[in-house]
Amino acid sequence: MARVRFEQVGKRFGSVVALHDLTLDINDGEFFVLLGPSGCGKTTALRIVAGLQEPSAGSVYIGERLVNDVPAKDRDLAMVFQSYALYPHMSVYDNVAFGLRMRKHSREEIDRLVREAAATLGIDQLLERRPGALSGGQQQRVALGRAIVRRPQAFLMDEPLSNLDAKMRVQMRAELIRLHRDLGGTFVYVTHDQTEAMTMGERVAVLEGGLLQQVAPPQEVYDRPANLFVAEFIGSPAMNFLTARPADGGLRTDEGVVRLPDDLRAKVEASGAKEIIAGVRPEHLAPVEGGDAAYAATFTGTVDVVEPLGSEQHVTVALGHGSLVARLPAHPRLAAGASITLGVQAEHLHLFDAASRARIGP
Amino acid sequence: MSAPAAARRFALPRGARQLLTALPFLAPSIVLFGAFVFYPLVKSVYLGFYIENPFRTRQIYVGFDQYRDVLASSEFVSSLLVTVTFTLYTVVPALVIATFLAVLANQKLPGVVVFRTIFASPLAASVALTAVFWLVLLHPTIGILNEWIETLGLPRVDWLNDGGWAVTEHSGVSKLTSWISDPNWALLSVSMATVWMNVGLFTIILLAGLQTIPDELYESARVDGAGRWAQFWHVTLPMLSPTLFFASVVGVIFAFQAFGQIDIMTGGGPVDATNVVIYSIYQEAFQNFRYGAASVQAVALFVIMLGLTLLQFRLVRGRIFYR
Repeated sequence: MARVRFEQVGKRFGSVVALHDLTLDINDGEFFVLLGPSGCGKTTALRIVAGLQEPSAGSVYIGERLVNDVPAKDRDLAMVFQSYALYPHMSVYDNVAFGLRMRKHSREEIDRLVREAAATLGIDQLLERRPGALSGGQQQRVALGRAIVRRPQAFLMDEPLSNLDAKMRVQMRAELIRLHRDLGGTFVYVTHDQTEAMTMGERVAVLEGGLLQQVAPPQEVYDRPANLFVAEFIGSPAMNFLTARPADGGLRTDEGVVRLPDDLRAKVEASGAKEIIAGVRPEHLAPVEGGDAAYAATFTGTVDVVEPLGSEQHVTVALGHGSLVARLPAHPRLAAGASITLGVQAEHLHLFDAASRARIGP
Repeated sequence: MSAPAAARRFALPRGARQLLTALPFLAPSIVLFGAFVFYPLVKSVYLGFYIENPFRTRQIYVGFDQYRDVLASSEFVSSLLVTVTFTLYTVVPALVIATFLAVLANQKLPGVVVFRTIFASPLAASVALTAVFWLVLLHPTIGILNEWIETLGLPRVDWLNDGGWAVTEHSGVSKLTSWISDPNWALLSVSMATVWMNVGLFTIILLAGLQTIPDELYESARVDGAGRWAQFWHVTLPMLSPTLFFASVVGVIFAFQAFGQIDIMTGGGPVDATNVVIYSIYQEAFQNFRYGAASVQAVALFVIMLGLTLLQFRLVRGRIFYR
C-alpha cells in the first residue's frame, strides 16, 4: 500500500487542457474519490497515475517513488475499468490469474491467491466460465477480483459501477466499502456520481474543467462548498440560488431582503463583492409557522410542482421572479396552486462572490 | 359448412405455400448458381466417365476406369504435392507478414494512414502485373534478387528454371530432406509473387480485426504487468483468431485457385515443378483436349477443397474465440 501524490500535474491534448496544475496528496490506505462531470479531468488524472497517459507537466509519486517515467506494467497498481475490460477469451480464473502470471508467481501461489480472491468476492462458482456468460454484476466482481488478487500499491477505479443497474449499484457500493475496510488499501475512485462520492469516499476531490475545485471529506464538501461550482454540483435536488446585492443589514434580492448576522455581514463587506449569490439547500427551506423572526429570510409564493417520493416531497415554489425547490416531509401533502411561505435560517445560508465565484464566510 | 372452412379445404399445406412464396425470391440465385455452379459440377462428374476425341465428336463410356487411372497417376500425385506445398509456401508466410504489417499499421501514430495505404497497395495490382513485376525481380541476370544474394556471398539462383526436388530423382533419406536440401525454386518464386499479391488483402482484413479489439484490454493488460510481447501473445492473437482463421481459409482457397501467376511466370514448369492441380486441369482440358481426364481432376479438387474446409472448421472449433 502506498500514498499517491500529484505535484502540479498538467495534461494537454493538443490545445485542450485536460488537467491544470493538479496538486493532491492521497494518503496511504485512503478511499479517495475524484468527482466531477464528464470532461472534468478526473479520468485523465487516474490514467496518469496508472501510467496509461503521460503528464505534460508536473510529477506523480507512488509511495516515495517518482513514477513519471515508469511504464504502466512496472507501477504495481491495479485498475478496474468502467467496461471491466475482462479478457473475453479467458476463463474467470485466467482473468484473475493474469496479473500474477505476468509477475511470474508460482503455479501453487497463483492458485491459492485466485481462490482466496474469488472467495472474498463470492465468485468461486464462476471460475471456469467465460466473461461472456456472466451478468454485469458478476463481471464487475471478476474485475474487482483481478484487482485485489495482486495486493497492489493502490487500486484505481474508473467509474466501476456506472454500467450496473441501480439496485446492483447500491449493493456493490456497500461491498466496495467493506472491501476497502478489509483490504486496507489505497483506493483512488473516479466517478461523476455524487452519491458514490458521498457514500464511499473518505475524502473527495471535486474537479471541473481540469481544475481542482475542493478537496475535503464528503460531508464538508456538502456543508461548506468552496465555490459556486461545487455548490451547484453536489446535492440533489440542487441548491437554490438567489442573486443579491449587499444592503443595510444584509442582502437585497429580487425576492426580498435577507438579514445577515453581524459576523457574516462583516465578511461580505470585507470581501468587497459587488454582487452576491446566496445559496440555500432544499432541505433547509421550511414552511414558516408563526413569526419570521427566527429566519434570515422568508419567501412567499405559490406551489407550482409537487414531487412526492414517499419518504418526502420535493416542492417547487414559484416566487415573484424565480422559483425555489424545497424538500419537505411527506405529510402534509401540498397541492399545486396553494400559497406557501418558506423560511431559511442564517446558519444555512451559503454566500458566494458572483464575480470570483468563491465562497464568502464560514 | 362455413365459407372459410370450405376455402381451407382447397388450400395447399403450409409448407408448400411457403415454398411457393420463397421460390420467386430464390429464382435469380437458383438460375445463376444452376448455370454456373451446379450444372458444371454435375457435368464434370459426368464427363469423368467418358473419353472423348478432341473435337468431341466421339464419346466412349469408360465408367470409373478413368477416375482410377487419373487419380492414381504419378502426374496427379505430383501435382497434388506441388499444390499442397504451394499452399504452405503462400498461406503461412502471407499470414505472418500481414499480421506483422497490420499490427504496425494499427499503431496510433501521425501519418500511419500513409503506411496503411502502402501496405494494402498490392491489392490493387492485377495478377498479370504482379507476375510480370516478379519476373523482372527474379530475372537470372538482371533481377535484383540475385544481385542481393550475390552481395551476401551466396550463389545465384536460377529461380524459374530450377524445379528442385519436384523434378530431380531422390532416394532414401535424401528423398525426405530434399524439400530443404534441393528447393523447388520455381515454386518458391511463384509463391513469393503470390504472397506479395495476397499480403495487401490479408493486411486489410487483419487490420479490420485489430480495430475491433477494445483499447481497454491493452490498458488493462499493461496495468496487469504485460509488456508489448505479452500483450500481443495474450490479447492481440486470441482476439484476432477469428480473423486469422477467416484469412487462412481465404488463403487456402486462393492457393488452390492460383492460375494467372503460374501461367505467366512458369507455365507449370520446369517439367511439372509448378504444375498445381488447377493448372494441370487447364492443360488437360484446353491444351491436350482431354476433357474427361480434366473433369476427373476437377472433381477431385472439389472434393479436396470441401474436405479441407470442413477440416479447418473442425480443427479450430473451440480454439478460436468468437465473441
